[in-house]
Amino acid sequence: MSMQQDTKIQSAKPKNSAKLLKRLNAFKAWLYLLPALVFLGIFMVYPLIDVLVYSFEEGYNSASQTSFGTGWFNYAYVLHDPYFLQAVKNTFIIVIITVPLSTLLALLISLALNSIKKLKEVFQTIFFLPYVTNTLAVGLVFMIMFKKTPYTDGLINMILAIFKTGPVDFIDGPYWAKMFVMCFYTIWVVLPFKVLILTSALASVDEVYYKAAKIDGTSRFRMFTHITLPMISPMIFYLVITGFIGAFKAYSDEVAIFGTNLNSAGMNTIVGYVYDMLYGDSGGYPSYAAAAALILFAIVFTITVVNLLISKKTSIR
Amino acid sequence: MKIRFDGLTKRFPNRNKKIKSEVVAVDHFTFEIPDGKLVGLLGPSGCGKSTALNLICGLETPTEGKIFFDDDDVTDLPAENRGVGMVFQSYALYPHLTVKKNIMFPLQNLKGDQKLTKEQLEAKALEAAKIVQIEELMDRKPNEMSGGQQQRVAIARALVKMPRVLLLDEPLSNLDARLRIQTREEIKRIQNTTKITTIFVTHDQEEAMSISDLIVVMKDGAVHQIGKPQEVYDSPVNLFVAKFLGTPPINVFTGRIKDGKLLIGEDTILGKDCVKDTKDQEVFIGIRPEGFLLREDKEKNGKLDGKNGVFHADLLAIEVMGRDTSVVFSHSSSEIEGTRLRAIVSSDNQIDPESKTVAFDVNPKKVFVFSKETQERLL
Ligand SMILES: Nc1ncnc2c1ncn2[C@@H]1O[C@H](COP(=O)(O)OP(=O)(O)OP(=O)(O)O)[C@@H](O)[C@H]1O
Ligand SMILES: [Mg+2]
Repeated sequence: MSMQQDTKIQSAKPKNSAKLLKRLNAFKAWLYLLPALVFLGIFMVYPLIDVLVYSFEEGYNSASQTSFGTGWFNYAYVLHDPYFLQAVKNTFIIVIITVPLSTLLALLISLALNSIKKLKEVFQTIFFLPYVTNTLAVGLVFMIMFKKTPYTDGLINMILAIFKTGPVDFIDGPYWAKMFVMCFYTIWVVLPFKVLILTSALASVDEVYYKAAKIDGTSRFRMFTHITLPMISPMIFYLVITGFIGAFKAYSDEVAIFGTNLNSAGMNTIVGYVYDMLYGDSGGYPSYAAAAALILFAIVFTITVVNLLISKKTSIR
Repeated sequence: MKIRFDGLTKRFPNRNKKIKSEVVAVDHFTFEIPDGKLVGLLGPSGCGKSTALNLICGLETPTEGKIFFDDDDVTDLPAENRGVGMVFQSYALYPHLTVKKNIMFPLQNLKGDQKLTKEQLEAKALEAAKIVQIEELMDRKPNEMSGGQQQRVAIARALVKMPRVLLLDEPLSNLDARLRIQTREEIKRIQNTTKITTIFVTHDQEEAMSISDLIVVMKDGAVHQIGKPQEVYDSPVNLFVAKFLGTPPINVFTGRIKDGKLLIGEDTILGKDCVKDTKDQEVFIGIRPEGFLLREDKEKNGKLDGKNGVFHADLLAIEVMGRDTSVVFSHSSSEIEGTRLRAIVSSDNQIDPESKTVAFDVNPKKVFVFSKETQERLL
């Protein structure tokens, strides 16, 4: 009996010290995280809470730090503002057109890049070049190509003239033309990164699967749909999710082509609207900006969650 | 179905582009693999075994020569029309598909009137799964199975189309020692039940010897010897084959033939009746570990003092392994100086570990003599 007790005490001791060690380690982990947490707290969490507060304060004035009251007023205003509705429409059109199209194009280009043998690196570099070029510089080039001025119709219209159509004013003309340029430009800008990700994803699929499939007489199309696609699907989902988020947050691309007065061009985006509400010519309304920003957050959050749910369902592993 | 090679050759441009010379991965294969046999393709790493398999299944095209399945020339036939099943070293199971879908994958490629209904697909998949005994794993994904189970799935996938030839590239190298022995028996059993001509590649001679009906020993792209495992073991055609087969490996000495006698150092290993009239020359002598015999010397209370016998060596250690005893020794005439040589003797023999030297008789059947220049077998 006493022996048993003895062993009990002995075994209890190391257990206790192990617990202590565990606690110490957990403490250390938090200690290491502390600097990052402090920064996140000051520059992320606090402002976020602030934005939330502003969005419910009616007529908040940042200079005097005063407001009339609290409620849903700002949301109601923003949701009835035609500029905001236009911005939402523009953003959704850009998202819905550019995300699938750019991903599909990137996939096709990566497949082509993956199948060529000679000068592969050269082509890969060429496709990656836009990524290292500044957005505003690319935007300027696009504007010059598409713009119609009293002196010249621009490069694109000259090409259109060959096919006996046009000229179309892509920058100051009809809505569809502007939207076309915008989507074209957005796809162009996001393409290189997607190509880069997908070429490496394709290259990482083990050659042996294709060999096995070939011996079994698998057609090239079936190899693509039944082997390649499932194997690179995590990367595709990654691109789609980040693509959605990126496209919803688009703003600088629009400025690069249509200038800072996006509302009058009818090409504003949600982020552009937020910016205008804060600093634009019609600006000085942080409450409206906050409400618009939170609406954007809700949209992006919902879509990302949906995306993740879908990707989880179809995920291979 | 029998497979015949006629001068089959595959050369690769050198991977190191600065070197102009080509790599000959398969060098003028000319032999026949009989119908329904399990053939082990054996050779050291990089000798061209995988390339040979790839040529047979059509993943590589030969530089020269022809391949025949029975009497059909399949040299230019694309892989999918050859009717071969292949099991890759890494199994190459599609990770996103269940076992059942993996096995059905080849069948779903069939087109036209060969196309199978869903019930037929399931039935055939189940049949293949039964052969390799994995029926209860059909709904698992490959990463939810052990290496041995994955290997069986790979075999089932290769078998499901009832191929004319089954090819296995190092099928056991990813398994642990125990499972390897189990699985190789399994392969033998599967081959026995299906009677499909099977070629399997390995660099493990024990594996090849244990299950093959026929082994093909190759080195640097060339076939050195073809034969039944025991035949090849008992009468290797050259030093390479002798060295490559057998664990522990054969003991090799430098020696000479002089006046009709075979000598290692001053010891006469074989007498006139064995050497007959081979001309005097320097030779390599290979003696299998089991070719050494301790002569019993009962006078010293059952312990051997190593005074008798025709071959003398320096005793290094005695390793008792239960069934038999391994006598480790060294000899000044060993091919590579300082090699730890080995004799396997029955553990009934009690050797005095203290004695400095050891002496053996030699079983002439286990002694092979090779020319020093060509390394070809003389005796
Ligand atoms: N595609 C290739 N291009 C150039 N050389 C190659 C190619 N494939 C194989 N080789 C060369 O051919 C030789 C034989 O290769 P192989 O893969 O057939 O060897 P192996 O016997 O299967 O070796 P291991 O046991 O290591 O698998 C090697 O020297 C290898 O470097
Ligand atoms: Mg190999």
